[in-house]
Amino acid sequence: MTTFDPYAATRETTEGTVYSVTGGDWDSLVSEIGEAKEERIIVNMGPQHPSTHGVLRLVLELEGETVTEVRPGIGYLHTGIEKNMEYRSWTQGTTFATRMDYLSPIFNETAYCLAIEKLLGITNDIPERASIIRVLMMELNRISSHMVALGTGALELGAMGPMFFAFREREAVLDTFEAITGLRMNMAYVRPGGVQQDLPEGMTIRLRELVKELRKNFKDNERLLVGNTIWMKRTEGIGYLDLAGCTTLGITGPVLRSTGLPWDLRKMQPYCGYENYEFDVITADTCDVYGRFLIRMAELEQSLRIIEQAIDKLDATHGQPVMVADKKIAWPAQLALGADGLGNSLDHIREIMGSSMESLIHHFKLVTEGFRVPAGQAYAAVESPRGELAAHIVSDGGTKPYRVHFREPSFNNLQSTSAMSEGGMVADIIGAVASIDPVMGGVDR
Amino acid sequence: MGLEEKLPSGILLSTVEGLAGYMRKSSVWPATFGLACCAIEMMALGSSPKHDISRFGMERFSASPRQADLMIVAGRVSQKMAPVLRQIYDQMTAPKWVISMGACASSGGMFNNYAIVQGVDHVVPVDIYLPGCPPRPEQLMDAIIKLHEQISDTKLGANREAVIKAVEQAALKAKPTIQLGNLPHEGMFA
Amino acid sequence: MSEQEGMFGVSGTGDTSGYGGLVRTVTNPGSTERPYGGYFDQLADDLERAYPDFADAITKVVVDRGELTLHVKKERLVEVAKILRDKLLFEMCMGVSGVHYPERTGCELVALYPLLSMTKNQRVRLEVCTSEVDPHIPSLVEVYGGNNWHERETFDMFGIIFDGHPGLTRILMPDDWDGHPQRKDYPLGGIAVEYKGATTPAPQNRRSYK
Repeated sequence: MTTFDPYAATRETTEGTVYSVTGGDWDSLVSEIGEAKEERIIVNMGPQHPSTHGVLRLVLELEGETVTEVRPGIGYLHTGIEKNMEYRSWTQGTTFATRMDYLSPIFNETAYCLAIEKLLGITNDIPERASIIRVLMMELNRISSHMVALGTGALELGAMGPMFFAFREREAVLDTFEAITGLRMNMAYVRPGGVQQDLPEGMTIRLRELVKELRKNFKDNERLLVGNTIWMKRTEGIGYLDLAGCTTLGITGPVLRSTGLPWDLRKMQPYCGYENYEFDVITADTCDVYGRFLIRMAELEQSLRIIEQAIDKLDATHGQPVMVADKKIAWPAQLALGADGLGNSLDHIREIMGSSMESLIHHFKLVTEGFRVPAGQAYAAVESPRGELAAHIVSDGGTKPYRVHFREPSFNNLQSTSAMSEGGMVADIIGAVASIDPVMGGVDR
Repeated sequence: MGLEEKLPSGILLSTVEGLAGYMRKSSVWPATFGLACCAIEMMALGSSPKHDISRFGMERFSASPRQADLMIVAGRVSQKMAPVLRQIYDQMTAPKWVISMGACASSGGMFNNYAIVQGVDHVVPVDIYLPGCPPRPEQLMDAIIKLHEQISDTKLGANREAVIKAVEQAALKAKPTIQLGNLPHEGMFA
Repeated sequence: MSEQEGMFGVSGTGDTSGYGGLVRTVTNPGSTERPYGGYFDQLADDLERAYPDFADAITKVVVDRGELTLHVKKERLVEVAKILRDKLLFEMCMGVSGVHYPERTGCELVALYPLLSMTKNQRVRLEVCTSEVDPHIPSLVEVYGGNNWHERETFDMFGIIFDGHPGLTRILMPDDWDGHPQRKDYPLGGIAVEYKGATTPAPQNRRSYK
């Protein structure tokens, strides 16, 4: 194990002089550095830093205030989720997948479930209402994720006000999530075959009120930042990455759309019935942080449009099933609000304990063993708030995945930090990273 | 409060411990140690108008551990992050407290594997364990309130040394968790 | 004579259900015959036209569940990728995904490259395999720059060494970690959870269905 002494004195190494800055007299340190002939110093913006959007380590080579080299170091949140999923059944894997990119849990789950459904061959058998609910949840999640991106991005650049507005909107959306799924974050709601349970009664009325409230409240952030001179000075021309750079580095999402290319998987390779919704793909042509910020603000409005259409469709499909009809795959439990919180509905218990032996066996086998997925591999992609999020699943015909790999947009997008920041100033790195909007849980998995 | 009634108004009697505890608990500055999903709920507690942590005066999250009192370890601690966690804890000045927020920080949570430290108490001493995945902001607030009660009851001076001795004796006599249950085990008839 | 204590005991696995003797053959989709369907035929034709060594380099073409997978010999990977990028307009590579099949001797470690063409709105997947004893695959960083970190991750997790990578080091695990975690022979590493009086076994030790 490499020894690291945080209180070591200044020492010479093969790489040059190393100064350990962990307290002590700042003046003595500065005068030491001033005496050195080298103009370049290497600074570690370590994993714990208020502005690096999570546990991201940036090793900067600075010449004065100009950055000559940025090397991002990741892996500080590596959880081994992919390996862990090989020891859980297909449905249990949803709870793991959802915690990867923790700002957009529904997208993780949907990508995973779409890939499983592709392997099972039931993509066309998913009930329409389940697809509509998935679209609704995904767009709500897009709003809550963009709110965090805007709020924390603004906070890192020094603006504290947008953070409060953004989290106020986010709380409204999280309350809706809690009403529908039971949890605010990491809901494990989208399951292979459909969704876990239907929307509660009267939810569509609540959703319409939510849309009205959000539409009104989004203007607060807009008025604060759009056209704000200081904000524009901090974000225009910063973090430039054009189309050639994006395609080389495999970058998708708002960063790609800020180059002017209207590439959105919801339009180009629709899934979950997205072809039936009317919405625009927002692009900007400035390739900078300000362009990406404007894209995210505009995508909020487009998400609201999709949600309104989804609410209408939900009213039209009221009462329809939300799980695939195949009893050998569909999660058998029907949850309802019971006396002790949440549990199986009494009708379901009456059926499995009283009348139908087959239902009881199905329930037991599906919960303990799970269903079997035929051997093969599948790749399913969704358009998450950060870009193309895809699940690549290999099955060996068993009840557990053989290998699950998630193609996370943040992993690719973060590689562009060097391209965006080198040659600029230290403060611009923060803006560039904030505009990429990486979620370190997704980067490290 | 017989004596206070007889004294001229404006005089309050208290103990040094009480006053010190009161001061300390009202001015806790958390260190930003948000790692994963729990960090978002911690941010919601800190920045959303609905759950407002500035009611305690704690909205000023200190990025520099030198100025922080409380480290809320929010999220899963991976093997690579553990030395960093310890270094940040070491850099905090006493008095300092640790809340391990969430199941992953308290015990490794659902990630029982090679990559996650199974509980940050392997790395730093923890004062309050907060379960949840992620815990709601209200739950984190409850943990903070319980920590405030702990802080305000901290003994000082000779009393503190007595408390430390008593805790040490109790720890030496304590049985491991697995022997605490009712299942047949060695020494159950002791 | 030996002593026998007690009346109950387990020899072997203790599985009295009879399901322990269940033998299930796993058949992965094999090479597909023409016509492939959809845009795959056109794609295969274009590739054959642009790449004369097609039959030599590409060992298997699998069309399964609406996806086209080309199994490429690892020596030819860079050529095929260059042709796909330049002639067939597959501008983006979505990353590298590694899989470990311990039972396929000589071909245990597999790297998969999903490619995306935005101009044509098409997807294709390249599959390359290598053996555990000599786990070298040529690097695609020159062709698709975004694969830099992906190849580092696949090296970290599976031990596949990508020749020509500018800086192949561990990226997710600490730099001095031993072993490659996502291989099948690497343990999950969970510990038994201790409660008052009993323990719950770690995920790799629980009784579970295969």
